[in-house]
Amino acid sequence: MRALVIGCGRVGSNVAIRLADEGWEVTAVDEKEEALTRLGENWRGGFVLGHGMDVDVLREAGIEDADAVVVATDGDNTNIVIAQVAMKRFDNQCVVVRILDPARADFYSELGLRTISPTKTAIHDLLEAARACEIKPREAIPN
Amino acid sequence: MYILIAGGGKIGANLARSLLRDGHGHEVTLIEQRRDRYEHLEHEFEHQVQLGDATEIHVLERAGIARPPDVVVAVTGDDEDNIVICQMAREKYGVSKVVARVNDPRNQTHFDLLGISATVSATVSIMALIEHEVPEHDLIHLLELRKENLEIVEVQIDKNAPAAGKRVEKLKLPHGSRLISITRDGRSEIAIGSTELQPGDQVLAILQPGKEDELRRVLLKS
Repeated sequence: MRALVIGCGRVGSNVAIRLADEGWEVTAVDEKEEALTRLGENWRGGFVLGHGMDVDVLREAGIEDADAVVVATDGDNTNIVIAQVAMKRFDNQCVVVRILDPARADFYSELGLRTISPTKTAIHDLLEAARACEIKPREAIPN
Repeated sequence: MYILIAGGGKIGANLARSLLRDGHGHEVTLIEQRRDRYEHLEHEFEHQVQLGDATEIHVLERAGIARPPDVVVAVTGDDEDNIVICQMAREKYGVSKVVARVNDPRNQTHFDLLGISATVSATVSIMALIEHEVPEHDLIHLLELRKENLEIVEVQIDKNAPAAGKRVEKLKLPHGSRLISITRDGRSEIAIGSTELQPGDQVLAILQPGKEDELRRVLLKS
């Protein structure tokens, strides 16, 4: 199975490495060459230097044959556009996209994108963690 | 009309200025993200400019996107932002008219793909003007009417062109094309059946995209 990971920062590089470990054939795309170092010395997958908005870069990275596309650059709007290009232009059935802003994530999931909002996840987890605290009764305030 | 402009750079600010000029009676809200620019604009536009990222829903709502505006104009320096602003305005708030600036002509296909059809690109417009000024030119695109799926092109009739010396009604123009006008020695007239084409004429034609080669063959290739 082939996966394309667009945006190879902290999130993208880890997704790429984990997928590769699970046996996927992975190509990562990033506009910065340093991003390749995040993939580690043992990286056996592909790496294409370029911007994900550039369809030539997407083609070179193999978007036409990809079974899954993960869009995780550091720009919400960049991710939104790339994800729609992958779905509508290249007819990719499995596109997952990171959108930090919860409001935009909700809107675009209504439009049919598979959105993941780390901000929403963080809000949820922090809330759960706060609720789970064991709260000792406070000492009565003396009069 | 109520017009919401996202992006307070040269284009956005000048648009707001033109729209607010006496007599038009338009209501305008300008959204600018950069604080330094915003403060500068605030001197001139006062409450009509707002600070914020126009791709954030709460910023758009504060600017009155839910009314909704008659037109939303996305002219930031970032194509992704312009696309997202237009999509949210249209799909979420039912804005019927959106206009977007294309900064990088290579992104034009993304705007087209996502159905944002009223787009303006300075690079493309300037290129067309340059081509228009080049004395020897083949066929140049002057205007694309995306929604109508038509385009207007200009061709110059060469003395060896097969169309030179022929009347318009004698030309075997491709289906889906029509000549509009002939410009000769700086004077233009509407092209009718009896109009005779002469070498040096500048001809405007309207046609469906993809018919350029057929039109070239009829008018230009000898």
